[in-house]
Amino acid sequence: MELHIILIFMIFAAIMAVEIKDLISSVIALSAAGLGLCLAFLILKAPNLAITQLVVEILCVIVLIRGTINKDLPLVKDGRWLFNTIATLFSLAVLLLFSYLALKELPNFGAPLMRVSQEYISTGLEKTGSPNLVTAVALNFRGYDALAEAAIIFTAIIGTLAIARKIGKKDEE
Amino acid sequence: MKNKEPGMSLIVKTITRFTVGLVLVYGIFITLQGHVSPGGGFAGGIIITLAFIQLMLAFGQDEVLRKLNQEKGLLLAGIGAILFLVIASRIFLKPQQHSFVAEKHFQLLSAGFLSLSEIAIALMVAAGLFVIFLTLVLLIEEEEKEKK
Amino acid sequence: MSLYFLCFILFCVGLYSVLRKRNIIKIIIGLGIMEYAVNLFLILVGYRMHGRAPIFAKDQEILNMVDPLPQAMVLTTIVIGLAVTIIAVSLAIRIYEKYGTFDITKIRSLKG
Repeated sequence: MELHIILIFMIFAAIMAVEIKDLISSVIALSAAGLGLCLAFLILKAPNLAITQLVVEILCVIVLIRGTINKDLPLVKDGRWLFNTIATLFSLAVLLLFSYLALKELPNFGAPLMRVSQEYISTGLEKTGSPNLVTAVALNFRGYDALAEAAIIFTAIIGTLAIARKIGKKDEE
Repeated sequence: MKNKEPGMSLIVKTITRFTVGLVLVYGIFITLQGHVSPGGGFAGGIIITLAFIQLMLAFGQDEVLRKLNQEKGLLLAGIGAILFLVIASRIFLKPQQHSFVAEKHFQLLSAGFLSLSEIAIALMVAAGLFVIFLTLVLLIEEEEKEKK
Repeated sequence: MSLYFLCFILFCVGLYSVLRKRNIIKIIIGLGIMEYAVNLFLILVGYRMHGRAPIFAKDQEILNMVDPLPQAMVLTTIVIGLAVTIIAVSLAIRIYEKYGTFDITKIRSLKG
Protein backbone atom coordinates (compact mmCIF):
# COMPACT_ATOMS: atom_id res chain seq x y z
CA MET A 1 0.00 0.00 0.00
CA GLU A 2 2.76 2.45 0.89
CA LEU A 3 4.43 1.61 -2.39
CA HIS A 4 1.33 2.81 -4.24
CA ILE A 5 1.44 6.11 -2.35
CA ILE A 6 5.12 6.63 -3.10
CA LEU A 7 4.64 5.79 -6.78
CA ILE A 8 1.72 8.22 -7.11
CA PHE A 9 3.84 10.87 -5.40
CA MET A 10 6.63 10.18 -7.88
CA ILE A 11 4.24 10.50 -10.82
CA PHE A 12 2.99 13.86 -9.53
CA ALA A 13 6.54 15.09 -9.00
CA ALA A 14 7.47 13.98 -12.51
CA ILE A 15 4.46 15.76 -14.05
CA MET A 16 5.41 18.92 -12.15
CA ALA A 17 9.01 18.61 -13.32
CA VAL A 18 7.84 18.32 -16.89
CA GLU A 19 5.19 21.01 -16.89
CA ILE A 20 6.57 23.78 -14.66
CA LYS A 21 7.89 26.86 -16.47
CA ASP A 22 10.86 27.78 -14.29
CA LEU A 23 13.90 25.61 -14.95
CA ILE A 24 15.28 25.56 -11.39
CA SER A 25 11.89 24.60 -9.93
CA SER A 26 11.77 21.84 -12.51
CA VAL A 27 15.15 20.48 -11.39
CA ILE A 28 14.01 20.54 -7.75
CA ALA A 29 10.84 18.63 -8.66
CA LEU A 30 13.01 16.03 -10.45
CA SER A 31 15.05 15.60 -7.28
CA ALA A 32 11.82 15.09 -5.32
CA ALA A 33 10.99 12.23 -7.67
CA GLY A 34 14.48 10.80 -7.15
CA LEU A 35 14.14 10.88 -3.37
CA GLY A 36 10.80 9.09 -3.71
CA LEU A 37 12.64 6.44 -5.72
CA CYS A 38 15.17 6.16 -2.88
CA LEU A 39 12.33 5.51 -0.40
CA ALA A 40 10.83 2.93 -2.73
CA PHE A 41 14.17 1.11 -2.90
CA LEU A 42 14.27 1.02 0.90
CA ILE A 43 10.78 -0.48 1.09
CA LEU A 44 11.67 -3.01 -1.61
CA LYS A 45 14.60 -4.22 0.55
CA ALA A 46 17.43 -2.88 -1.57
CA PRO A 47 19.60 -0.79 0.80
CA ASN A 48 22.59 -0.79 -1.56
CA LEU A 49 20.56 0.91 -4.24
CA ALA A 50 19.01 3.36 -1.76
CA ILE A 51 22.43 4.63 -0.70
CA THR A 52 23.65 4.91 -4.29
CA GLN A 53 20.49 6.62 -5.50
CA LEU A 54 20.58 9.19 -2.68
CA VAL A 55 24.19 10.13 -3.39
CA VAL A 56 23.75 10.20 -7.16
CA GLU A 57 20.68 12.40 -6.76
CA ILE A 58 22.67 15.03 -4.84
CA LEU A 59 25.40 15.17 -7.47
CA CYS A 60 22.85 15.23 -10.29
CA VAL A 61 21.02 18.19 -8.76
CA ILE A 62 24.29 20.08 -8.26
CA VAL A 63 25.27 19.54 -11.89
CA LEU A 64 21.85 20.43 -13.30
CA ILE A 65 21.54 23.60 -11.21
CA ARG A 66 25.08 24.63 -12.10
CA GLY A 67 24.25 24.10 -15.74
CA THR A 68 20.96 25.99 -15.78
CA ILE A 69 21.63 28.85 -13.37
CA ASN A 70 22.36 32.30 -14.79
CA LYS A 71 20.95 31.30 -18.13
CA ASP A 72 18.52 33.97 -19.16
CA LEU A 73 15.84 31.64 -20.36
CA PRO A 74 14.62 32.98 -23.68
CA LEU A 75 10.92 32.53 -23.06
CA VAL A 76 10.15 29.35 -24.94
CA LYS A 77 7.15 30.47 -26.89
CA ASP A 78 4.73 27.62 -27.21
CA GLY A 79 4.28 27.05 -30.89
CA ARG A 80 2.66 23.74 -30.12
CA TRP A 81 -0.38 23.17 -32.15
CA LEU A 82 -3.18 21.09 -30.80
CA PHE A 83 -2.92 18.27 -33.30
CA ASN A 84 0.65 17.41 -32.34
CA THR A 85 -0.12 17.11 -28.65
CA ILE A 86 -3.19 15.02 -29.32
CA ALA A 87 -1.19 12.69 -31.57
CA THR A 88 1.48 12.26 -28.89
CA LEU A 89 -1.08 11.55 -26.18
CA PHE A 90 -2.91 9.10 -28.44
CA SER A 91 0.24 7.12 -29.20
CA LEU A 92 1.14 7.06 -25.51
CA ALA A 93 -2.34 5.75 -24.73
CA VAL A 94 -1.90 2.97 -27.29
CA LEU A 95 1.45 2.16 -25.73
CA LEU A 96 -0.17 2.00 -22.28
CA LEU A 97 -2.91 -0.31 -23.56
CA PHE A 98 -0.45 -2.79 -25.05
CA SER A 99 1.74 -2.57 -21.97
CA TYR A 100 -1.29 -3.51 -19.87
CA LEU A 101 -1.79 -6.61 -22.00
CA ALA A 102 1.90 -7.48 -21.75
CA LEU A 103 2.28 -6.85 -18.03
CA LYS A 104 -0.56 -9.24 -17.27
CA GLU A 105 1.64 -12.11 -18.43
CA LEU A 106 4.37 -11.40 -15.90
CA PRO A 107 4.52 -13.37 -12.65
CA ASN A 108 2.60 -11.80 -9.79
CA PHE A 109 4.12 -9.11 -7.65
CA GLY A 110 5.92 -10.73 -4.74
CA ALA A 111 6.50 -14.11 -6.36
CA PRO A 112 9.51 -13.95 -8.66
CA LEU A 113 10.90 -16.91 -10.53
CA MET A 114 14.42 -16.92 -8.99
CA ARG A 115 15.88 -19.93 -10.74
CA VAL A 116 19.40 -18.58 -11.02
CA SER A 117 19.24 -16.57 -7.83
CA GLN A 118 18.48 -19.63 -5.74
CA GLU A 119 21.93 -20.88 -6.63
CA TYR A 120 23.49 -17.54 -5.76
CA ILE A 121 21.75 -17.36 -2.40
CA SER A 122 22.57 -20.90 -1.36
CA THR A 123 26.24 -20.92 -2.37
CA GLY A 124 27.21 -17.26 -2.53
CA LEU A 125 28.73 -16.91 0.91
CA GLU A 126 30.96 -19.94 0.62
CA LYS A 127 32.09 -19.22 -2.91
CA THR A 128 32.91 -15.54 -2.58
CA GLY A 129 33.31 -14.87 1.12
CA SER A 130 31.11 -11.82 0.94
CA PRO A 131 27.94 -11.71 3.07
CA ASN A 132 26.52 -8.90 0.96
CA LEU A 133 25.12 -10.88 -1.94
CA VAL A 134 24.66 -7.85 -4.18
CA THR A 135 28.39 -7.18 -4.13
CA ALA A 136 29.06 -10.87 -4.66
CA VAL A 137 26.81 -11.04 -7.72
CA ALA A 138 28.00 -7.76 -9.19
CA LEU A 139 31.72 -8.37 -8.85
CA ASN A 140 32.16 -12.12 -8.89
CA PHE A 141 29.32 -14.08 -10.50
CA ARG A 142 28.58 -11.37 -13.06
CA GLY A 143 32.01 -9.82 -13.12
CA TYR A 144 32.10 -9.23 -16.87
CA ASP A 145 29.12 -6.89 -16.56
CA ALA A 146 30.89 -4.82 -13.95
CA LEU A 147 33.98 -4.68 -16.17
CA ALA A 148 31.99 -3.49 -19.18
CA GLU A 149 30.12 -0.94 -17.11
CA ALA A 150 33.39 0.44 -15.76
CA ALA A 151 34.43 0.79 -19.40
CA ILE A 152 31.22 2.73 -20.09
CA ILE A 153 31.86 5.13 -17.22
CA PHE A 154 35.41 5.69 -18.42
CA THR A 155 34.12 6.35 -21.93
CA ALA A 156 31.71 8.92 -20.50
CA ILE A 157 34.60 10.68 -18.75
CA ILE A 158 36.64 10.82 -21.96
CA GLY A 159 33.58 11.97 -23.90
CA THR A 160 32.89 14.86 -21.57
CA LEU A 161 36.52 15.94 -21.76
CA ALA A 162 36.36 15.80 -25.55
CA ILE A 163 33.18 17.88 -25.65
CA ALA A 164 34.48 20.49 -23.23
CA ARG A 165 38.04 20.81 -24.48
CA LYS A 166 39.58 24.12 -25.33
CA ILE A 167 42.66 22.90 -27.21
CA GLY A 168 42.21 22.79 -30.94
CA LYS A 169 39.32 25.19 -30.92
CA LYS A 170 41.61 28.17 -31.29
CA ASP A 171 43.54 26.67 -34.20
CA GLU A 172 40.37 26.21 -36.15
CA GLU A 173 39.68 29.88 -36.10
CA MET B 1 33.03 36.97 -7.94
CA LYS B 2 32.68 40.55 -6.76
CA ASN B 3 34.14 39.72 -3.35
CA LYS B 4 37.78 40.05 -2.54
CA GLU B 5 38.21 36.46 -1.48
CA PRO B 6 36.72 33.63 -3.52
CA GLY B 7 34.16 31.20 -2.23
CA MET B 8 31.26 31.55 0.14
CA SER B 9 30.90 33.34 3.50
CA LEU B 10 32.84 32.71 6.70
CA ILE B 11 30.12 30.55 8.24
CA VAL B 12 30.11 28.13 5.33
CA LYS B 13 33.90 27.93 5.34
CA THR B 14 34.04 27.15 9.07
CA ILE B 15 31.38 24.46 8.85
CA THR B 16 33.12 22.98 5.81
CA ARG B 17 36.39 22.69 7.71
CA PHE B 18 34.61 20.53 10.27
CA THR B 19 32.52 18.37 8.00
CA VAL B 20 34.64 17.68 4.95
CA GLY B 21 36.91 15.25 6.76
CA LEU B 22 33.93 13.38 8.13
CA VAL B 23 32.41 13.04 4.68
CA LEU B 24 35.69 11.76 3.28
CA VAL B 25 36.09 9.20 6.05
CA TYR B 26 32.49 8.08 5.56
CA GLY B 27 33.14 7.53 1.88
CA ILE B 28 36.20 5.40 2.63
CA PHE B 29 34.20 3.45 5.22
CA ILE B 30 31.39 2.75 2.75
CA THR B 31 33.96 1.55 0.23
CA LEU B 32 35.84 -0.74 2.57
CA GLN B 33 32.77 -2.26 4.22
CA GLY B 34 31.03 -2.90 0.91
CA HIS B 35 31.05 -6.68 1.31
CA VAL B 36 29.65 -6.79 4.84
CA SER B 37 27.11 -3.97 4.99
CA PRO B 38 25.22 -2.00 2.33
CA GLY B 39 27.46 0.15 0.19
CA GLY B 40 30.23 -0.55 -2.22
CA GLY B 41 32.64 0.99 -4.63
CA PHE B 42 30.18 3.08 -6.61
CA ALA B 43 28.46 4.76 -3.66
CA GLY B 44 31.71 5.27 -1.76
CA GLY B 45 33.39 6.81 -4.79
CA ILE B 46 30.59 9.30 -5.29
CA ILE B 47 30.67 10.27 -1.58
CA ILE B 48 34.41 10.98 -1.89
CA THR B 49 33.66 13.11 -4.96
CA LEU B 50 31.02 14.99 -2.98
CA ALA B 51 33.59 15.83 -0.29
CA PHE B 52 35.84 17.41 -2.93
CA ILE B 53 32.88 19.22 -4.48
CA GLN B 54 31.92 20.64 -1.09
CA LEU B 55 35.47 21.92 -0.67
CA MET B 56 35.31 23.45 -4.10
CA LEU B 57 31.96 25.17 -3.61
CA ALA B 58 32.98 26.60 -0.25
CA PHE B 59 36.51 27.76 -0.92
CA GLY B 60 36.47 28.55 -4.62
CA GLN B 61 38.06 26.51 -7.34
CA ASP B 62 41.61 27.81 -7.13
CA GLU B 63 42.08 26.17 -3.74
CA VAL B 64 41.12 22.77 -5.14
CA LEU B 65 42.85 23.18 -8.47
CA ARG B 66 46.13 23.67 -6.65
CA LYS B 67 45.76 20.27 -5.01
CA LEU B 68 44.13 18.22 -7.74
CA ASN B 69 43.99 19.49 -11.28
CA GLN B 70 42.48 17.79 -14.27
CA GLU B 71 45.56 15.93 -15.45
CA LYS B 72 46.23 14.46 -12.02
CA GLY B 73 42.59 13.46 -11.68
CA LEU B 74 42.55 11.81 -15.08
CA LEU B 75 45.74 9.96 -14.18
CA LEU B 76 44.10 8.68 -10.98
CA ALA B 77 41.03 7.56 -12.91
CA GLY B 78 43.20 5.70 -15.40
CA ILE B 79 45.13 4.02 -12.59
CA GLY B 80 41.85 2.90 -11.04
CA ALA B 81 40.56 1.51 -14.34
CA ILE B 82 43.74 -0.43 -15.08
CA LEU B 83 43.85 -1.74 -11.50
CA PHE B 84 40.28 -3.00 -11.84
CA LEU B 85 41.12 -4.63 -15.15
CA VAL B 86 44.09 -6.46 -13.63
CA ILE B 87 42.17 -7.61 -10.54
CA ALA B 88 39.18 -8.64 -12.61
CA SER B 89 41.27 -10.74 -14.98
CA ARG B 90 42.86 -12.37 -11.94
CA ILE B 91 39.38 -13.26 -10.66
CA PHE B 92 38.21 -14.53 -14.02
CA LEU B 93 41.21 -16.74 -14.59
CA LYS B 94 40.98 -18.53 -11.26
CA PRO B 95 37.50 -18.02 -9.86
CA GLN B 96 37.92 -20.54 -7.07
CA GLN B 97 40.77 -18.85 -5.26
CA HIS B 98 38.86 -15.81 -4.18
CA SER B 99 40.50 -15.11 -0.88
CA PHE B 100 44.06 -14.71 0.27
CA VAL B 101 43.43 -14.78 4.01
CA ALA B 102 42.05 -17.42 6.35
CA GLU B 103 38.46 -18.50 5.85
CA LYS B 104 36.69 -16.27 8.32
CA HIS B 105 33.54 -14.51 7.21
CA PHE B 106 32.23 -11.14 8.36
CA GLN B 107 35.70 -9.63 8.67
CA LEU B 108 37.20 -6.63 6.92
CA LEU B 109 39.56 -8.70 4.80
CA SER B 110 37.46 -11.81 4.39
CA ALA B 111 36.36 -11.10 0.83
CA GLY B 112 39.87 -10.93 -0.59
CA PHE B 113 39.97 -9.77 -4.19
CA LEU B 114 36.41 -8.46 -4.01
CA SER B 115 37.54 -5.74 -1.60
CA LEU B 116 40.48 -4.86 -3.82
CA SER B 117 38.25 -4.41 -6.84
CA GLU B 118 35.89 -2.27 -4.75
CA ILE B 119 38.81 0.01 -3.94
CA ALA B 120 39.79 0.20 -7.62
CA ILE B 121 36.21 1.03 -8.67
CA ALA B 122 35.94 3.69 -5.96
CA LEU B 123 39.21 5.29 -7.14
CA MET B 124 38.04 5.34 -10.74
CA VAL B 125 34.55 6.67 -10.03
CA ALA B 126 35.73 9.34 -7.57
CA ALA B 127 38.54 10.71 -9.72
CA GLY B 128 36.58 10.46 -12.95
CA LEU B 129 33.41 12.14 -11.74
CA PHE B 130 35.43 14.88 -10.08
CA VAL B 131 37.28 15.52 -13.33
CA ILE B 132 33.97 15.72 -15.18
CA PHE B 133 32.54 18.16 -12.65
CA LEU B 134 35.67 20.32 -12.75
CA THR B 135 35.58 20.43 -16.55
CA LEU B 136 31.91 21.36 -16.56
CA VAL B 137 32.38 24.19 -14.05
CA LEU B 138 35.37 25.56 -15.93
CA LEU B 139 33.36 25.44 -19.17
CA ILE B 140 30.50 27.40 -17.61
CA GLU B 141 32.86 29.99 -16.11
CA GLU B 142 34.58 30.46 -19.45
CA GLU B 143 31.32 30.99 -21.22
CA GLU B 144 30.07 33.49 -18.66
CA LYS B 145 33.33 35.40 -18.92
CA GLU B 146 33.03 35.56 -22.70
CA LYS B 147 29.53 36.91 -22.49
CA LYS B 148 30.60 39.83 -20.32
CA MET C 1 0.14 -5.76 -11.34
CA SER C 2 -1.15 -2.29 -10.48
CA LEU C 3 2.36 -1.38 -9.29
CA TYR C 4 3.78 -2.39 -12.65
CA PHE C 5 1.19 -0.26 -14.41
CA LEU C 6 1.92 2.81 -12.24
CA CYS C 7 5.59 2.34 -13.02
CA PHE C 8 4.79 2.31 -16.72
CA ILE C 9 2.77 5.51 -16.36
CA LEU C 10 5.89 7.12 -14.86
CA PHE C 11 7.83 5.96 -17.91
CA CYS C 12 5.22 7.50 -20.19
CA VAL C 13 5.50 10.87 -18.41
CA GLY C 14 9.21 10.88 -19.19
CA LEU C 15 8.57 9.81 -22.78
CA TYR C 16 6.03 12.62 -23.22
CA SER C 17 8.65 15.10 -22.02
CA VAL C 18 11.22 13.80 -24.47
CA LEU C 19 8.80 13.83 -27.39
CA ARG C 20 6.93 17.04 -26.85
CA LYS C 21 9.14 19.59 -25.07
CA ARG C 22 11.31 22.09 -26.90
CA ASN C 23 13.70 23.00 -24.11
CA ILE C 24 16.86 20.88 -23.94
CA ILE C 25 16.94 20.84 -20.15
CA LYS C 26 13.37 19.52 -20.15
CA ILE C 27 14.47 16.72 -22.47
CA ILE C 28 17.33 15.81 -20.11
CA ILE C 29 14.84 15.77 -17.23
CA GLY C 30 12.60 13.45 -19.24
CA LEU C 31 15.50 11.07 -19.81
CA GLY C 32 16.12 11.05 -16.05
CA ILE C 33 12.48 10.20 -15.31
CA MET C 34 12.55 7.33 -17.81
CA GLU C 35 15.68 5.99 -16.16
CA TYR C 36 14.00 6.10 -12.74
CA ALA C 37 11.02 4.16 -14.06
CA VAL C 38 13.13 1.42 -15.64
CA ASN C 39 15.27 0.98 -12.52
CA LEU C 40 12.20 0.78 -10.30
CA PHE C 41 10.56 -1.75 -12.63
CA LEU C 42 13.54 -4.09 -12.51
CA ILE C 43 13.59 -3.98 -8.72
CA LEU C 44 9.82 -4.52 -8.53
CA VAL C 45 10.10 -7.68 -10.61
CA GLY C 46 12.67 -9.12 -8.22
CA TYR C 47 10.77 -8.43 -5.00
CA ARG C 48 9.57 -11.31 -2.90
CA MET C 49 6.68 -10.96 -0.50
CA HIS C 50 7.83 -10.50 3.12
CA GLY C 51 11.41 -10.80 1.97
CA ARG C 52 14.62 -9.71 3.63
CA ALA C 53 17.48 -7.74 2.19
CA PRO C 54 20.08 -10.00 0.50
CA ILE C 55 22.74 -9.56 3.17
CA PHE C 56 23.70 -12.37 5.52
CA ALA C 57 23.89 -11.52 9.21
CA LYS C 58 26.25 -13.05 11.68
CA ASP C 59 24.09 -15.04 14.05
CA GLN C 60 20.75 -15.51 12.39
CA GLU C 61 19.42 -17.73 9.67
CA ILE C 62 17.72 -15.76 6.91
CA LEU C 63 15.48 -17.87 4.74
CA ASN C 64 13.39 -15.49 2.70
CA MET C 65 15.65 -13.27 0.62
CA VAL C 66 14.70 -11.02 -2.27
CA ASP C 67 16.35 -11.53 -5.64
CA PRO C 68 19.91 -10.13 -5.58
CA LEU C 69 20.46 -10.33 -9.34
CA PRO C 70 18.43 -7.26 -10.51
CA GLN C 71 19.84 -5.22 -7.65
CA ALA C 72 23.37 -5.95 -8.80
CA MET C 73 22.50 -4.96 -12.36
CA VAL C 74 20.70 -1.74 -11.39
CA LEU C 75 23.53 -0.66 -9.08
CA THR C 76 25.82 0.14 -11.99
CA THR C 77 22.99 1.50 -14.13
CA ILE C 78 22.39 4.33 -11.66
CA VAL C 79 25.99 5.51 -11.90
CA ILE C 80 25.91 5.25 -15.70
CA GLY C 81 22.76 7.38 -15.68
CA LEU C 82 24.66 10.07 -13.77
CA ALA C 83 27.47 10.01 -16.34
CA VAL C 84 24.95 10.24 -19.20
CA THR C 85 23.26 13.22 -17.53
CA ILE C 86 26.59 15.01 -17.18
CA ILE C 87 27.44 14.40 -20.86
CA ALA C 88 24.02 15.72 -21.90
CA VAL C 89 24.40 18.85 -19.75
CA SER C 90 27.81 19.62 -21.22
CA LEU C 91 26.40 19.19 -24.73
CA ALA C 92 23.54 21.54 -23.82
CA ILE C 93 26.01 24.14 -22.55
CA ARG C 94 27.96 23.91 -25.81
CA ILE C 95 24.73 24.41 -27.77
CA TYR C 96 23.83 27.41 -25.62
CA GLU C 97 27.26 28.86 -26.24
CA LYS C 98 26.92 28.51 -30.00
CA TYR C 99 23.28 29.48 -30.55
CA GLY C 100 22.33 31.42 -27.42
CA THR C 101 19.22 29.41 -26.72
CA PHE C 102 17.97 26.11 -25.34
CA ASP C 103 15.15 25.88 -27.87
CA ILE C 104 15.65 22.93 -30.18
CA THR C 105 13.65 24.37 -33.06
CA LYS C 106 16.04 27.32 -33.31
CA ILE C 107 19.20 25.26 -33.75
CA ARG C 108 18.47 23.59 -37.03
CA SER C 109 20.58 25.89 -39.13
CA LEU C 110 23.51 24.18 -40.79
CA LYS C 111 26.07 26.81 -40.08
CA GLY C 112 28.55 24.20 -39.01
